[in-house]
Amino acid sequence: MTGLSLRNLHVKFGRHEVLRGIDIDVAPGQTLVLFGPSGGGKTVLLRSVAGLEPAARGQVAIDGADVTSRGPEARGVGMAFQNFALYPHMSARDNIASPLQARGVGPADVTARVGAVADLLRIGHVLGHMPKELSNGQKQRTALARALVGQPKVLLLDDPLRNVDAKLRYEMRLELPRLLRSAAAATIYVSQDYREAMALGDQVAILLDGRIAQSGTPEEIYDSPASVNVAKLFGDPPINLLPCRPTDAGNALHVAVAGLQLSVRAERAAIGRACLLGLRPETMSIHADARPNAARAQILATTPLHERLVVLLRAATGEEIVASVLGALPPAGAPVWLSADATHALLFDAETGERITAPRAPREIAA
Amino acid sequence: MAHIDGRGSRLPAILRGIALAAVLVFFLFPILWIFLMSFQSNDQILRIPPSLLFRPTMINYTSLISGKLQTAAGSLDLPFMHNLFNSVLLSSASVLVALVLGVPAAYAFARFHFRLGEDIAFTLLSFRFAPPLLVLLPLSLYFKDLHLSNTYVGLIWVYQLICLPLILWIVRGYFEDASPDVEYAYRVDGHSWWRAFTRIAIPLAGPGIAAAGLLAFIFAWNNFVFALILASADKQPVTVGALAFVTASGIQYGQIAAAIVLSILPTLALALYAQRWLVEGLSLGAVKG
Repeated sequence: MTGLSLRNLHVKFGRHEVLRGIDIDVAPGQTLVLFGPSGGGKTVLLRSVAGLEPAARGQVAIDGADVTSRGPEARGVGMAFQNFALYPHMSARDNIASPLQARGVGPADVTARVGAVADLLRIGHVLGHMPKELSNGQKQRTALARALVGQPKVLLLDDPLRNVDAKLRYEMRLELPRLLRSAAAATIYVSQDYREAMALGDQVAILLDGRIAQSGTPEEIYDSPASVNVAKLFGDPPINLLPCRPTDAGNALHVAVAGLQLSVRAERAAIGRACLLGLRPETMSIHADARPNAARAQILATTPLHERLVVLLRAATGEEIVASVLGALPPAGAPVWLSADATHALLFDAETGERITAPRAPREIAA
Repeated sequence: MAHIDGRGSRLPAILRGIALAAVLVFFLFPILWIFLMSFQSNDQILRIPPSLLFRPTMINYTSLISGKLQTAAGSLDLPFMHNLFNSVLLSSASVLVALVLGVPAAYAFARFHFRLGEDIAFTLLSFRFAPPLLVLLPLSLYFKDLHLSNTYVGLIWVYQLICLPLILWIVRGYFEDASPDVEYAYRVDGHSWWRAFTRIAIPLAGPGIAAAGLLAFIFAWNNFVFALILASADKQPVTVGALAFVTASGIQYGQIAAAIVLSILPTLALALYAQRWLVEGLSLGAVKG
């Protein structure tokens, strides 16, 4: 098995189990986005792979070699920390050169390789600067360059865009896939931003309560979240969840929520059970006139988000629903009608939180 | 005085200058007075009213440096220069030993949580607030048995009661303030833990180590009671040696003043030298939380 593989990884701090049995495989050249709420153990997992977590139990293998008992200096991973962790008393050049110097690369080679990676990240002009003289974006690129320069087999990126401003985050989201492809490493990318996960991940693993709650392509997870918790985490604006009790409607289930009448394909066992209906804001539409299968609603607030408008509505029956729509809205104060695309509706068991609707074939979605 | 823009701010600037001058005079006047006294003979010093204008004499310094003191009762041997040498030796050796032992210990206390760690750290701190005389009686008995009385090694050992807790607790704080991620990053780069400690942790805690070392040096330099009890004349530092100025024929104020001036100099020089590390920022803005 090439690339990175984790088997049965456990981390326990005192009586608190942070990770309880993680199995992950990342092939060379692939990026796995590790997604989850803060404090969920994502950083601990990365530290375990890097060999920085003494409490880690389980097996870590890199390119088929078991490195579990090796220290961080002998694992050959590259890592970018969330807080950059640059060496404040060394210039950007020396920061980037550090992994090469540790391996005893000759000075001429060091200069050439540092120059190459600096050009790739467009920080060649600030190599002589000390970290305190760099902007946040330059610090972040320096940290990335340091992780990449040694051409590691495994690349660990701990939410590298967390501490940079929105404009730079947007730029880097475009640039990173190309960089990561050129690195050809098995990459674990920690993120709390669902757009980053969509843009960068070949695979996404959702880390919840110390376990991988679901893993798959970003589209699979978005379209067919395994549970309510995954659905809530993965998606921005977050999914609408409405309590309901499906009734029998022949070859489908009939669900009535917020004045909407939807017919959902799901196991018949769900009939009469307490369920949650999940409606992605992107699958909702707003109309200026009454039409079949649409419910009366009132607009409470509107926020632009990228090319879309995020609209908070209150249905005539009282529920608050978020819709994310393209194009213009009816004039303020005018009555609106809300409809939902039933083919994208998700049905969850209210008790266990598990998805009842069948998984859907992947499709292109607008993030 | 710094220039401040705007005409309206002249008065506050003047007032601030006066306040600063007052504070400086308050703290520096005794030192200035001692400095002036060191160039006067005993007669000039004891004259009332004291005179600011006098014919300076080097007699105090020459007698200190030559080690011969001429008094009305005759010539007296003064081991002051030897005392000064003892002070320098004892203080620097103690601080060096305390740094070698204390900095790695401070690092361990800051980075690792081990059984009884806090208790050990607290015990070491308690050496600072235990009254020295309480420790000295049993110590002097032990020292006699161990043949450590009146040896430099014994004194340097006892001086660790002063230096080690200071260095340990100050440097520990600096290590704790520095993000361990910076050291982790260095290890992930492929460097051993020892190199991460010497190349990253120690330079980043540099200002703290300099401050703690300087403070420990001053405390060691000013110590009186350990050397008074555990050492005899030839191993005693200036603080104890100054007792010799109280002679049968009176107190030699001029020599005392000159001795004070001479004994301030090494500490002052060290403070000026260490200053550039003291003012350097700790993390230099590399880590953003």
